[in-house]
Amino acid sequence: MNQYPAWKYLLLMLVLVVGVFYALPNLFGEDPALQVTSSRGYAIPLDLEATIENAIVSENLAFKNKEKAGNRLLYRFNSTEDQLRASGVLKSALGDQYVVALNLAHATPMALRSLGGKPMTLGLDLQGGVHFLMQVDMDTARSQLLDRYVDDMRSAMRNERIRYVSVRREGNGLVALLRSEEDRSSVQDLIRSDQSLQGLIVDEMETEEYFGISATVQEQQLLELQQTALQQNINTLRNRVNEIGVAEPVIQQQGADRVVVQLPGVQDTVQAKKIIGATATLEYRAVDEANDAFTAAQSGRVPPESRLYNDDTGNPVLLKKRLIVSGDQLIGASSGFDQQTGQPQVSVTLDGVGAKRMLDFTRDNVGNRMAVVYIEQKPGGRKTEEVISVAVVREPFGKRFQTTGLDSMAEASQLALLLRAGALAAPMEIVEERTVGPSLGADNVEQGFKSVVIGFLLVLVFMAAYYRVFGLVADLALFANLILLISLLSMLGATLTMPGIAGIVLTVGMAVDANVLIFERIREELRNGNTPQASIRAGYDKAFSTIADANITTLIAAFVLFLFGTGPIKGFAVTLSLGIITSMFTAIMGTRAVVNLIYGGQKRVRKLAI
Amino acid sequence: MRFLDKKTNFDFMGKRKIAFVVSAILIVLSITALVTRDLNFGLDFTGGTLIEVSYPAAPQISDVRSNLSDAGMNDAVVQTFGAATEIVVRIPPRDDENESDAELSTIVLAALQQGVEGEVAMRRVEFVGPQVGDELTEQGILAVVYALIGIFLYVMIRFQWRFSVGAVAALVHDIIITMGVLAAVQVEFDLTVVAALLAVIGYSLNDTIVLFDRIRENFPKLRKANSLEVVNISVNQTLSRTLMTSITTLLVLAALFIFGGEIINAFAFTLIVGVMVGTYSSIYVASTTLLELGVSKFDLLAVEKEGAALDDMP
Repeated sequence: MNQYPAWKYLLLMLVLVVGVFYALPNLFGEDPALQVTSSRGYAIPLDLEATIENAIVSENLAFKNKEKAGNRLLYRFNSTEDQLRASGVLKSALGDQYVVALNLAHATPMALRSLGGKPMTLGLDLQGGVHFLMQVDMDTARSQLLDRYVDDMRSAMRNERIRYVSVRREGNGLVALLRSEEDRSSVQDLIRSDQSLQGLIVDEMETEEYFGISATVQEQQLLELQQTALQQNINTLRNRVNEIGVAEPVIQQQGADRVVVQLPGVQDTVQAKKIIGATATLEYRAVDEANDAFTAAQSGRVPPESRLYNDDTGNPVLLKKRLIVSGDQLIGASSGFDQQTGQPQVSVTLDGVGAKRMLDFTRDNVGNRMAVVYIEQKPGGRKTEEVISVAVVREPFGKRFQTTGLDSMAEASQLALLLRAGALAAPMEIVEERTVGPSLGADNVEQGFKSVVIGFLLVLVFMAAYYRVFGLVADLALFANLILLISLLSMLGATLTMPGIAGIVLTVGMAVDANVLIFERIREELRNGNTPQASIRAGYDKAFSTIADANITTLIAAFVLFLFGTGPIKGFAVTLSLGIITSMFTAIMGTRAVVNLIYGGQKRVRKLAI
Repeated sequence: MRFLDKKTNFDFMGKRKIAFVVSAILIVLSITALVTRDLNFGLDFTGGTLIEVSYPAAPQISDVRSNLSDAGMNDAVVQTFGAATEIVVRIPPRDDENESDAELSTIVLAALQQGVEGEVAMRRVEFVGPQVGDELTEQGILAVVYALIGIFLYVMIRFQWRFSVGAVAALVHDIIITMGVLAAVQVEFDLTVVAALLAVIGYSLNDTIVLFDRIRENFPKLRKANSLEVVNISVNQTLSRTLMTSITTLLVLAALFIFGGEIINAFAFTLIVGVMVGTYSSIYVASTTLLELGVSKFDLLAVEKEGAALDDMP
């Protein structure tokens, strides 16, 4: 007699019911939807819903339903066409303050969702989208750090009225030359005490004429720089992605100096790349009124406190090296048109420190000129700097003012976006890109689905033909295995990719192995003249350790794959490992339960259909 | 239905000299293919840019090429991909400082659109920078090496070191021959193929372990038989299972190969080759190595108890 205790049947039923429940959401598909959030991350005001709905209705559009979760509103539509039209309508109705993002919201019924049911997330290769791997250009970040030390050292010495011959960068450090021993020791004191000069290791250096100091940056300081640069870049990227309006983006650190950016559903990759990789920022500098730019450009003799720039027509402009305000002191920016001239402009709001510096400068310099420099940092330390406007300061101003001189409205709005989102602390380079267009994504889903179904059916037919009743039992187990695997993947929030589908298909092929082992063992026992009941028992018992060993070694391979693989390969490893685990359950316990139901109760089984 | 109705009694091990020669020839051929033809490394490892587009109507390849060289892409390789309307453009990595590789795809897409009525739709863009390519190569090799070490240790704990050597020898044999076939037919070797190779390791090992398990079980049972006979009997006893599992796996792989689309093609192909080689190697490489290392029933006495304890579980 082969009988399972009741609790085993209960356990099986329970696992199956839970499995079916969590696998179900995958049947409902997705609705095209729009997600509205505040661009500043504020809560959604109560009257916003009415504004949105009026805008939609006034265009003769209808939405399917709406949903409010935390700081976001979600509107579902019946077709992608409606969704796209409504997106345009809402963008113009809501303006800069809100982000309207295209989204695919899963259409899982409320009853399933309330218990955490959700479909598997489709990977970028299945739903289309962009994957970038960006590397922070640390060399440039280091060089910027050294430049900052040089500037700070100069101004610290000026403040302390120490006269110096020169301060400049040299290799990975900086060198200051002084005229006397006393000056040198007071500079050393200064470096120790001044807040802005912390993190330098100072050494004395002798030259023939002067008393020198060489300083290098502490390793600790460089590490910190790297970490903060990366962190700030991630924040900036996140802000920018929010500004473009992407639902459910992934922005993560990878390794010491890399960031992964994944934007599902983004179709205009050119624009996305431009905004994500851009390092544009503004600097406000005073024009050197004492010297003539053209003479300096021709003779090559630039006054030490000034630097030569070019404006957009290529004419030289001489600007003071001391910065008034830079892009990181900006807290707000919006684009618009100048009311008098009709030219595109960016309205800028400064933070407290920036506003004070701007006020100090403009108060002392009414009637003098101030220039706006547009800086774009390219990977590899290359930099383009261009003076976009030079204007006379008419009256003192501080916190809010306008910058003109931009070529087009598009440039103005992109600059405003970049200024709002914050500058990248160090330039970044795209080192890997994988973009999948929506049509290919749809094809992949179709082909993946087709190969799973066909592979599955082939195995079902083959098993049933070869092992008859036992084969059908194995087929049931295989079906249960597929459901459990899908529900596990859904519950874990795993992302389904094309290699993941391949993993599922392969699991289907290999999951029957456990049953093949058991059934072959049973046939063998029958051939050796054992009774059917004894053969069933012996078949299951003896096959167990073989199945365990064989599966654990496969799990080792899958685990290594998971550790070393990136992106899609990880997906393959996850589905393969989960499939092995669920198949152990269904192929051993599941089939035994059914076999026991069929044969276990009979006192005399003459013959097994195997 | 059954393929092998009666107890089979093929003399597998008697033919092991022939199998050894066959394996040796296959390995030499594979290494020759790998050395002379090299693997057709894909973008993941070489770095560069790949752009797949879909035209409204099948374009002339020569027009596409001239469009690209007009845009300064003389080194672009143009191929159709699956259908005549689908075109893949591959561009090797650039050293040019002024033009970032990441911007290439934008230029290429604009160039392809030239003189075409209707939209040339972007299907896929892949760009891998040279440094990433090097890392992926390193990770791929490391993954295979660590998998082999992990397996060696597990088999040593559950069985004995001779079995570990046999299992790993079979796996190395499988990897070399599978990669040899990939080099010979110039299948594009990308990350999914590395995943497939690791899956081949998993599969082939599965087969080997099933056989080893039977050998371990048979040693104390068949006291009068010598090692060679024990191995032979074990191979025969597991033969129908080996064939069955290979067939079901090959069935689904065939479905994947035929219906899975271009992207998964190389993956499915690698696994099909690997499963066939893996099935053969568990019989001939793994167990032959075991015999050559002089396995005997005394090797398994200590571990047998542990196995027996597991056997008693449901």
